[in-house]
Amino acid sequence: MTGSPHPSFWRYTALIAIKDLRIEGRSREVLYTMGFSAALVVLVFSFALASATDPAQGPITAAGVLWAATLFTGTVALARVLDRERENESIRSLLLSPAPRAAIYAGKLIATSTLMLAVEILLTVLVGVLFSAGVFAHLGWLALVLVLGTLGFASTGVVFSAALLRSRSREALLGALLFPIVIPVLLAASRATACLFDPLSPDLEPVAFWTRFLLATDVIYIALGLWVFEPVVSGE
Amino acid sequence: MNERHLRVAKVCKSYGRQRALVDVSLTFAPGQVAAIVGPNGAGKTTLLGILSTLAKPTSGEILLADQPFIRDPAARRTIGYVGHEPGVYPDLSARQNLRIFASLYALTDAETRITAMLERVDLADVRSDLPARAYSRGMLQRLALARALLHGPKILLFDEPSSALDPVGVRWLSEELLRERDAGSLVILVTHDLDAAAQVAGHLVVIRRGRVAMDRTEPSGFSATQVRALYEEALRDR
Repeated sequence: MTGSPHPSFWRYTALIAIKDLRIEGRSREVLYTMGFSAALVVLVFSFALASATDPAQGPITAAGVLWAATLFTGTVALARVLDRERENESIRSLLLSPAPRAAIYAGKLIATSTLMLAVEILLTVLVGVLFSAGVFAHLGWLALVLVLGTLGFASTGVVFSAALLRSRSREALLGALLFPIVIPVLLAASRATACLFDPLSPDLEPVAFWTRFLLATDVIYIALGLWVFEPVVSGE
Repeated sequence: MNERHLRVAKVCKSYGRQRALVDVSLTFAPGQVAAIVGPNGAGKTTLLGILSTLAKPTSGEILLADQPFIRDPAARRTIGYVGHEPGVYPDLSARQNLRIFASLYALTDAETRITAMLERVDLADVRSDLPARAYSRGMLQRLALARALLHGPKILLFDEPSSALDPVGVRWLSEELLRERDAGSLVILVTHDLDAAAQVAGHLVVIRRGRVAMDRTEPSGFSATQVRALYEEALRDR
């Protein structure tokens, strides 16, 4: 059969990511669910905390709400992106293709992170408006923290989501297994975001520290994900 | 040994303390349909999983043309698999599904190949934007076959492909299996349906409690009565 013998790892990664995003583009069910959940979480927190918040604690609260909503909506994305492979057993067709398992992992990671980041744009604007947070003060840094925090969360989440692919109560289990593992990522991302939201603290040194911490965590989590995805998804 | 024979050599598979396959040794020849039959839990699907490279044997090995048939992308390119689930994305149309798999197999003549496959499985006239979710069971199984054949595999594995198909669908599938056999492919069919096995098989394997209870080749094929008699004989307690 006519075919190029060795497409690169990155080509397979791109193919898997584009496939997942194209499927989402057709149904948009994950994006709508995530967007609705994100808006709901931010609105509820803004009503619950508006009168009780000490102005000095405002940036910390806004950062906490942003990352709590990201955690919540990210779990929805993780569950659904892998769930699509379970329907009709398409995961079997994917695993039987010549695509390396690590490329499948990387593709899923990129697709999930892209969906999460799309919703985080909405979340950031909502948090900026409802919590009067300075989301545009250091936009470049904020974008970097969001990308690194999202990658850290999704890199672990894709592995757990794949491990729970055939589990009946996977949605409940996913949160229970994933949240303790991603605590370092969420704490670092929240601290960096709080510093960025603080109009009185232009010092970016803590942001740089937490960003380096996130980068190191991401490298470890992604390396582990690439390594363990094959045995996890093969069920061996 | 023919250079394209697929040989299962003393394969064992255990899940914890449970032994799913015990010392299974078989040889499958190209240009022949081999039917693997046996009761529920006999180990048929486990064997197919190992042949498809998705599962690893606890011991023993699989050899293709006397070379280890290992779990790598090159081996997977030679395999086409059709299970009882179609293995396609329900939100995408038939052509979009096949485009994804064509790109994963890096087919250079993808569009021509996809069109030919859709015509072969009689899905070319289906509305082009209709998602697979809206397909009937028979249409989904046709799409599954198109997906499995798209990259021109030399080894075709079928796991209960006719479950939930109507008699017309079963007959169509049998004809497609025979067409692939005549094209020189090695076809392995796992089924409960002895009549379906009799229609296509020239090689009959009965698996019982993880062991090969019978392994018989009949180049001219088996009759339904023969298959039933051989099956019952193989399952009789010894």
